[in-house]
Formats: sequence, C-alpha cells, structure tokens
Amino acid sequence: MTTLITALLATGLFFSAVASMGVLRLPDFYTRLHALSKAETLGTLLTLAGVALWQGLDLTSAKVLLVAVFLFLTNPTATHVMARAAVRAGVAPLTNEDRERP
Amino acid sequence: MTSVFVAVAACAVVLALAYLYRVAAGPTVFDRILGLSGFGTSTTIVLILIGCVYGRLDMFVDIGLGYALLNFVGVLAAARYFERTERR
Repeated sequence: MTTLITALLATGLFFSAVASMGVLRLPDFYTRLHALSKAETLGTLLTLAGVALWQGLDLTSAKVLLVAVFLFLTNPTATHVMARAAVRAGVAPLTNEDRERP
Repeated sequence: MTSVFVAVAACAVVLALAYLYRVAAGPTVFDRILGLSGFGTSTTIVLILIGCVYGRLDMFVDIGLGYALLNFVGVLAAARYFERTERR
C-alpha cells in the first residue's frame, strides 16, 4: 500500500514538474498554455489520488476526491478561457517565420 | 509516510515558486495570468500535503477547496477583463 501511495505521489510530482518546466521554458504563450493545461491536471489528479488512498475511505478522502474532480473540470476550463481571451486580444502565435528571422 | 509527504510538499513548493518567474517576467499579461493559475493549482496540492503532514487533513482539505475555487474565479475574471482591455 505504501509503495503504491509513494508511486502515485512521485508520478504526480513528475508531471507537475514537467508542467512547471514547460511554463518556464516554452517560447510562446499558447505552447505554455498547452504544457500547463494537460500536465498540471494529470499531476494534480495523481497526487490527490495518492493522498485519498493514504487517508482511506471516509468523508475526508471523499472531499480530497472532490477537490481532484473540481480541478479536473476547472483547470482545462480556465486554460480555454485564457486561450480565447489571448486570441481575441490579438496575441500572435509563434510560427515558422518567427523562428527563421534572427 | 510523513517524510514522503514532507519531501513531496517541498518539491511542490519549489515548482510553485518556479511559476512566479512567469508571473514576474511574462511578456504579455496573459502569461502572468497563466503563471498565477499554475501557482494556485500547485498551492492547492501543497495545502493538502501539509494537511497530511500535520494530521489535520479534514481541515486543510476545505482550505484547499476554497483556494482552488477562488483561484478559478480569479483567473476567469482576469482573463475576461483583459480580453476587452488588451485588444490591439
């Protein structure tokens, strides 16, 4: 059981680290959004699943899973709203022409 | 088990602080909102792990839920606001 919980926490931390590095390193707003929305959601879900497994089956672990479901729904929604706002505000995506120019 | 939670929480704090670089240095205002969204999600994780460490998960999970809710509403409001004002 402890091994499974540790594995879930470590995997969740790995995906959160991938999201964080993506947001730091990727060159353009939309690619950063891509890193944040998917990797961060998966990392959060795995970490919270580990915590709920550690807690056992009661009201508190149900609340932890409620937080997980809430983040699973709202994180992509918030990312979608940000992408739409950026498109409407005229933030230009990075294209091949931008890369070829020095 | 507590040491595992402490280690994971410490790593999550470092990841949350990494988002603050994007908040401070983001070229557009949407990069700053994006950084704040990631920061809030990481902070929710840290709050729940702190609850595991202190053995008061029943209290900290409510705080985490409230933090996630406020983070979502704030990001939504900021994005909708700058969608109108930042138009070029």
